[in-house]
Amino acid sequence: MLELRNVSVQYGSFTAVQNVNIHVHEGEIVVLLGSNGAGKSTVFRTISGLNKLSKGEIVFKGNRIDRYSPDRIVQLGIVQCAEGRKLFSRMTVYENLLMGAYIHRKEKEKIKQSLNHVYELFPILKEKRNDLAGALSGGQQQMLAIGRALMSRPKLLLLDEPSIGLAPLIVEQMFQIIKQINKEGTTILLAEQNAHAALHIAHKGYVFENGTIAVQGTSQELFANDNVHKAYIGT
Amino acid sequence: MIAVLKQKKIAALAILFALAFPLLIPNNYYLHMMTLSFIWMIAVYGLNLLAGYTGYLSLAHAGFFAIGAYTLAILTVKAGLNFWLAFFLSCVISSFIGFLVGLVALRTKEHFFAIYTLCVGYIIYLVIDKWDNLTGGVRGFIGIPSPANIGPISFQTPVSQYYLVLFFLLLVVFVMYRIVYSLTGRTYIAIRNSEELALTIGISTMKDKLVSFVLSIFFTSLAGALYASFIRFLGPDIGYISVMFDLLIFLLVGGIGTMSGPVVGTLLMTSISQQLQFLQDYRMLIFGPILTLLVIFYPRGVVGGVIHWKTKRTENNRDSRVGKISSHSSNEKQVKEG
Repeated sequence: MLELRNVSVQYGSFTAVQNVNIHVHEGEIVVLLGSNGAGKSTVFRTISGLNKLSKGEIVFKGNRIDRYSPDRIVQLGIVQCAEGRKLFSRMTVYENLLMGAYIHRKEKEKIKQSLNHVYELFPILKEKRNDLAGALSGGQQQMLAIGRALMSRPKLLLLDEPSIGLAPLIVEQMFQIIKQINKEGTTILLAEQNAHAALHIAHKGYVFENGTIAVQGTSQELFANDNVHKAYIGT
Repeated sequence: MIAVLKQKKIAALAILFALAFPLLIPNNYYLHMMTLSFIWMIAVYGLNLLAGYTGYLSLAHAGFFAIGAYTLAILTVKAGLNFWLAFFLSCVISSFIGFLVGLVALRTKEHFFAIYTLCVGYIIYLVIDKWDNLTGGVRGFIGIPSPANIGPISFQTPVSQYYLVLFFLLLVVFVMYRIVYSLTGRTYIAIRNSEELALTIGISTMKDKLVSFVLSIFFTSLAGALYASFIRFLGPDIGYISVMFDLLIFLLVGGIGTMSGPVVGTLLMTSISQQLQFLQDYRMLIFGPILTLLVIFYPRGVVGGVIHWKTKRTENNRDSRVGKISSHSSNEKQVKEG
């Protein structure tokens, strides 16, 4: 479904990502592991068109998308849910969700359906729909960020560190919901530092180190890999 | 709900007052000042759409105000066009120039956008100042006709001109209201909030920024055209930086990114300015510190301050009366646009 072929990204003269190959099949959950600054977010920004790559190509469903503008990529069905729960903090929860359906803005019925679906996944958002997004708790903000991304009905959802800064109990809940979203037919590419929880729900993973892929394999393989285990999972 | 009703009531009262003003205070001087303030308000609304909602602080708007004014003057006096046709064309021509400027200017952001548009504004001023044949240069442009009759209605008296300008002001406020409370308005606010975030939900930000830029200039040049037909004399000064900063001060004092900010700020600043006339340029010594304090403590101006105070009060009330959530949620909604 999505394929990155020999992708390199540069910020000025600094190479953030080098010769990365990633393959995501339809229906999968694929996780990118790695510490801060390893290049995960750069890969995400490049897929969604915010950064331009310096080498290589990105192919989505047979189309080369690495020269497309970000809004066109969203229309193709790739939506990024950015790190740090970026919301429109001065808008209400409901308005944030509506903005998420921007590309379907002329199809009122479709928006209503998506809205109900998101409310089913996150009942708390329905309860707080008239509250300002900035007034929500951390976990709720993350739910809203994911909910807003779902409003555009993505085929491929990019989740950048959905568990960052959340309480362990909420993290558990978050991963269950991600799993459910995947079961309902959305392919998911996930960047995580919380390797343990992420590998539990993922089909396969790539481990980033200094902008390149150090290890890759199925979840079981990564779990079994000693280096990965030591570095990202702990004992 | 209560807050919305209250807001509508205040707006209705303000409109009633504006309608009755010439009857209540039959004084030509005050009428003149009021009409002029209305014209500035229209220009400030234009600036507000771009700077307040889309988040792009343009410093070229005085230039476009001047383009609107001069285009009307040239089209009516030199080309001998029908007044209302010239009036309409001056807004369109100015907006078109704005469109061309926007194509380049909107590739920059934040400070760079402000500096770029500052330069554009200054270039517009220079062109007006130096192009003697067309604009009359430093001597200015005289003999601009006042608005032509519409059917049996004539606009020769100060009172009729007052109502004409008021009509355009209300029209602009109405259009602004419709824009801000629509998906388009939310798109602009989204761009102000974070352009990258707007991109990642599929907004083609360049297009929306350009539309908001051109709309904003349309309003401002409308004010310019009204100014030309009201004052009937133009000097290059109206496109100068100092006019730009007047507009900006009106907006900042009233409340940037609020619906009623331009009205409050313009009225407040023009009347204070009038009161301190005797101090001449020394009044800037008073304005300077006040403005600095205002920007530090009330970044969203007088209107923003009032809204903030109100939400705080309702929140306190809510804390003492647990459970009555329904009234506060609509109040919080008000915070956004005021």
